[in-house]
Amino acid sequence: MFPDVPLAWMDGMADVNPPVALSRHKDIRVVEFTNSKIIDELNIAEIGQTLTTIIDEAPTPKLLLDFGLVDHLSSAALGMLINANGRIKAKNGQLRLANIKPQIYEVFKITQLNKLFHIHPTRQEALASFT
Amino acid sequence: MAKRSLSMTIPSDFEAGRRVKDRIVQALVAVGFNHHSAFAVRLALEEAIINAIKHGNHLDHKKKVRVQATVTPRRIEIIIEDQGSGFDRRRIPDPRAEENLEKCSGRGIFLIESYMDKVEWTHGGRRLRMIRKNQENGPHPS
Repeated sequence: MFPDVPLAWMDGMADVNPPVALSRHKDIRVVEFTNSKIIDELNIAEIGQTLTTIIDEAPTPKLLLDFGLVDHLSSAALGMLINANGRIKAKNGQLRLANIKPQIYEVFKITQLNKLFHIHPTRQEALASFT
Repeated sequence: MAKRSLSMTIPSDFEAGRRVKDRIVQALVAVGFNHHSAFAVRLALEEAIINAIKHGNHLDHKKKVRVQATVTPRRIEIIIEDQGSGFDRRRIPDPRAEENLEKCSGRGIFLIESYMDKVEWTHGGRRLRMIRKNQENGPHPS
């Protein structure tokens, strides 16, 4: 139907770093997103799998997601976060989100997912909020 | 006034979609779109291209996605057309409704409509036309 016009290669290859950095604070697992974008489908699937593994291995998971480096995310990323939230809730665990830049927080706000997630301005405040 | 027009036809794969998006975002930056407007367009474009490739063409490499963009310092107009079976916008539920809030999908179209000034779905939902003005304060979805 459409003419087949070739598209020139653009610079900016896919991110090659692991998409998350994992650490631990007492019984809380801290997951920091290491890329500025959470939009690539494969990347999101990989992050989702990592979160699932962390959630599955703890009887009552406590998970903190640090968005400090994130400048862009997609609806697929939101879906991945909702999935993690559901798994944690099912195990009576706790999920906290922290360090979200204003333009990203706006995405949570307009989708009203700020009502679903516990969002804290800083990692320290999020860590202190776990019970 | 600087005006840039792009017209591309890509196969239904995410990497090709990403390159189109990068190219349009580069054009936005080149004509002087502010950070807020560029963020909005980038987000809407990402969702629209993924929708066309994944939900429109169902990742069928034989099917193409056509993307046209016209960019000036004042506004951008983007048309994205897939070769799928289309959809009825009226049947897409509001993802903000309480019963949908914990659903993992269904936010892409809402985000497009929230971040762009004007959005039209035509040709049975296969064709999307969206416009965003380069302004600091709008639209700020509420």
